[in-house]
Amino acid sequence: MATTIELGVQEKSARTPQPARKVNDFSIQVATVNGSGSQSANTVLLRSIFQMGVPVSGKNLFPSNIAGLPTWYTIRASKHGYIARKKEIDFLVAMNAETAKEDVMSLMPGAACVYDEPLKLSGLRQDITFYPVPFDKLVAPVCPEAKLRRLVKNMLYVGVVDALLGIDVAESEKALVKQFGKKKKAAELNAAAVRAGYDYAIATFTKQDPFWVERMNENQGKIIVDGNAAAALGCMFAGVTVVTWYPITPSSSLVETLIDYLKEYRIGPDGKATFAVVQAEDELAAAGMVLGAGWAGARSMTSTSGPGISLMAEFIGLGYYTELPGVFFDIQRVGPSTGLPTRTMQGDVLSCAFLSHGDTKHILLFPASVEECFSMAIDAFDLAEQFQTPVFVLSDLDLGMNNWMAHPFTYPEKPIARGKVLNEEDLKRLGGFARYKDVDGDGIPYRTLPGTAHPNAAYFTRGSGHNEKAQYSERPDDYVNNMDRLSRKFETARKFVPAPVKEVSGTSKIGIIAYGTTHWALAEACDQLLQENNIAVDYLRVRAYPFTQEVHDFIKNHDRVYVVEQNRDAQLFQLIKLDIAADQVTKLRSVVHYNGLPIDARSVTDAVVSQEIISQEAK
Amino acid sequence: MSATTTPAPGPKTNHAGLTVLDYRGSKTTLCAGCGHNAITERLIDAMYEMGVQPENIAKLSGIGCSSKTPAYFVSRAHGFNSVHGRMPSVATGVALANQKLMLIGVSGDGDTASIGIGQFIHLMRRNLPIIYIIEDNGVYGLTKGQFSATADLGSKLKTGVINDLPPIDTCALAIQLGATFVARSFSGDKKQLLNLLKAGIAHRGTVMIDVISPCVTFNDHEGSTKSYKYSKDHDEPVQEIGFVPGFENIDVDYDDGTTADVRMHDGSHLRLRKLDRDYDATDKVGALQLLAEAHEKGEMLTGVFYVNTTAPSFIEQLNLTETSLARMPQELTRPSRQALDEIMEELR
Repeated sequence: MATTIELGVQEKSARTPQPARKVNDFSIQVATVNGSGSQSANTVLLRSIFQMGVPVSGKNLFPSNIAGLPTWYTIRASKHGYIARKKEIDFLVAMNAETAKEDVMSLMPGAACVYDEPLKLSGLRQDITFYPVPFDKLVAPVCPEAKLRRLVKNMLYVGVVDALLGIDVAESEKALVKQFGKKKKAAELNAAAVRAGYDYAIATFTKQDPFWVERMNENQGKIIVDGNAAAALGCMFAGVTVVTWYPITPSSSLVETLIDYLKEYRIGPDGKATFAVVQAEDELAAAGMVLGAGWAGARSMTSTSGPGISLMAEFIGLGYYTELPGVFFDIQRVGPSTGLPTRTMQGDVLSCAFLSHGDTKHILLFPASVEECFSMAIDAFDLAEQFQTPVFVLSDLDLGMNNWMAHPFTYPEKPIARGKVLNEEDLKRLGGFARYKDVDGDGIPYRTLPGTAHPNAAYFTRGSGHNEKAQYSERPDDYVNNMDRLSRKFETARKFVPAPVKEVSGTSKIGIIAYGTTHWALAEACDQLLQENNIAVDYLRVRAYPFTQEVHDFIKNHDRVYVVEQNRDAQLFQLIKLDIAADQVTKLRSVVHYNGLPIDARSVTDAVVSQEIISQEAK
Repeated sequence: MSATTTPAPGPKTNHAGLTVLDYRGSKTTLCAGCGHNAITERLIDAMYEMGVQPENIAKLSGIGCSSKTPAYFVSRAHGFNSVHGRMPSVATGVALANQKLMLIGVSGDGDTASIGIGQFIHLMRRNLPIIYIIEDNGVYGLTKGQFSATADLGSKLKTGVINDLPPIDTCALAIQLGATFVARSFSGDKKQLLNLLKAGIAHRGTVMIDVISPCVTFNDHEGSTKSYKYSKDHDEPVQEIGFVPGFENIDVDYDDGTTADVRMHDGSHLRLRKLDRDYDATDKVGALQLLAEAHEKGEMLTGVFYVNTTAPSFIEQLNLTETSLARMPQELTRPSRQALDEIMEELR
């Protein structure tokens, strides 16, 4: 194992033999204090590796706080294309005095650690390579303005890491230009910092750790974007016209990004807006505005997180029962209650599926990638208007707020679907209509929009009991007919929601079901199960509720089916249980992960293996 | 909509060529003698006399006796009886989607001043174009007569319970927060209420009219400050309200020494003739002072407290295109393939 290097005294001739090189397959963790500008530095580091053509992912583990509390950023480079969180840290950049000791102690043997010299960490362990850097001394010459040094200091570690890992420093300089855009002065100042860190490390250190970044060609044409920005783009290309919101972590950036894009791309030929955005007084009002706008014919949406979903419950019931379109993004965070506002979870599946009192059920979409944040935003608007009902898009903090590599988004070819709306001409031809009548046998009635210039266009919308003609009714048969039609409508939706994806398909008797961001751990865990444990699995990624026939068939065709997800109560597992035949239920197994950190492959593999051992022993 | 041909002798028509029957709704299911029914009648009269196209109206309400009334007028208009206290947000969404609709929101004192006070306040603050009517009787009718937050201090329930909390003055709140046409009336004062509603139709911005509307079943007894008798005895108009619609093109003489003339957005004229006091309804601070003093003295003032015809409405501030958002074609709402390519390039 490598030993501690003292600053400036190591001799190249005297170094110990290097361990086997680990190229493009390791994780970096940067530990800083939030509000110290480290986010820019981390993004530059991520981009530098991305530009080297190496598959990479970055995850920000941040506190619910503006400045002063510990924050960690993990970057994973993987030549195999695995972009789930890796549990073990290989390369630490320790900048935060408060957590430095703990951070070092949690490293695996053989790991490396760059640290701020005054922290004096090198004595902590013998099985780690330490690279002490006098950041304060280095930052002074490059940043004459003393009050900026705290921020610029963090950019120095980018240069140090570049030098130690073999990242082309020119890629970091390019990433800086991207990061700072038109702020030329800031870009130059930070470039000088990167260079200073790089020069210092090259002059001072002899590489002792095994981790290297080498150029690959895996990222040709790819983009880097976070899920919230991707969803915002999806909303814009879906033709959203009314956006209402109330700020909440981790959802705010979705609407904030959307506002920026709308201002740029959605100004009509007359120079006026083809959209309206309203910051509402709370989530109740945001939901009410969405439904009011949907009733009047807009493509309307809001974005929120768990606490907002709880507040919207009453309106969602109204939307379900009066049959109004609306798109509701839920960027899930850890609950219950305020929970861990800056940590990730798939914890709102059940509450969204049945949100509000009485018998209600709602269409849910589960994007796993930024590409799906984009495409499912478009799906959600079409489904909401086709089915005249609230539709939820269940993203999460990991997907929404972290940067992900992706293929460029595909332009939507299908025209915007506005659903069954009768206009003036239709009414002239028909003479009139009954708002809640199942004319086509699919449970979906016809509607008219306010302002339709026909004396028989109007109807009365009410959250109280109503008959086919939308008249107030407490008659048992009217109530039952209406509720049964709503069920029929939900059944119809099964054929229209995004179908699941068979990610791994074979002849195994063991099936795995996952959804949303859990996918990325599964993509890796399926390989681990096969390569390390000789367990072949088939893997189905569910993308929507109600479940399509493929989900039922998948369970039918396997002996055991693991449902893997990120919540305590196995929420999708429970939802599936409600949907499948009784004799299928015993096939289901559950694997859950709910500590607020994105799920990792190793945890899934270990859980499946231990349950498989039990299954084998039982035979 | 023009109907310039002289109609054959038969039902009287308005300038839109419609009869008063075109503005009627379903039969009321409220108690006989309920103040709300009188307000419904005035709404029908006002819309008929102003010649509003029924299909251009959107009727909105929350929950409660008052919120049922949109079913009882203008059946030819879309109506939305939403959830308790949340009509303002639904109305806001409707206004965003289609700025060409005329919004009429009907609420009650419970629906507005208790469960809905948050949304009410923000609607007022936005100056959303809507006629927002509070049918105010000081009690919850549908749940059988509990006090609401507009009940006066010392008012007595049928059961003998005395209200020991001060009332929320929805007019004072509305003025302070940004509503641009704020008035109070009494369901028993036909002429005043009709003219207020007509002026409201002519206004662009939030029209907030608190109408004292006695509940004959739960709050019309001795000791109630919202009974018919009490209201009749205490109704003190701050001015006499006249209204000259723009389309009539009639110049009615008025004495500018005693009457203030307010030109409304559609060219109509609101005429406020002085009574006992010298009151300027365009003075916001004066309006708040008037209402504060009325509270001190226990007066029930009615009339136009505040009118501002220059403040921009919420919809005007959004700088929306001419076509309503609800009817925007895909060419305007889905950016081009080139736009997506350009964005993708930026993200590389």
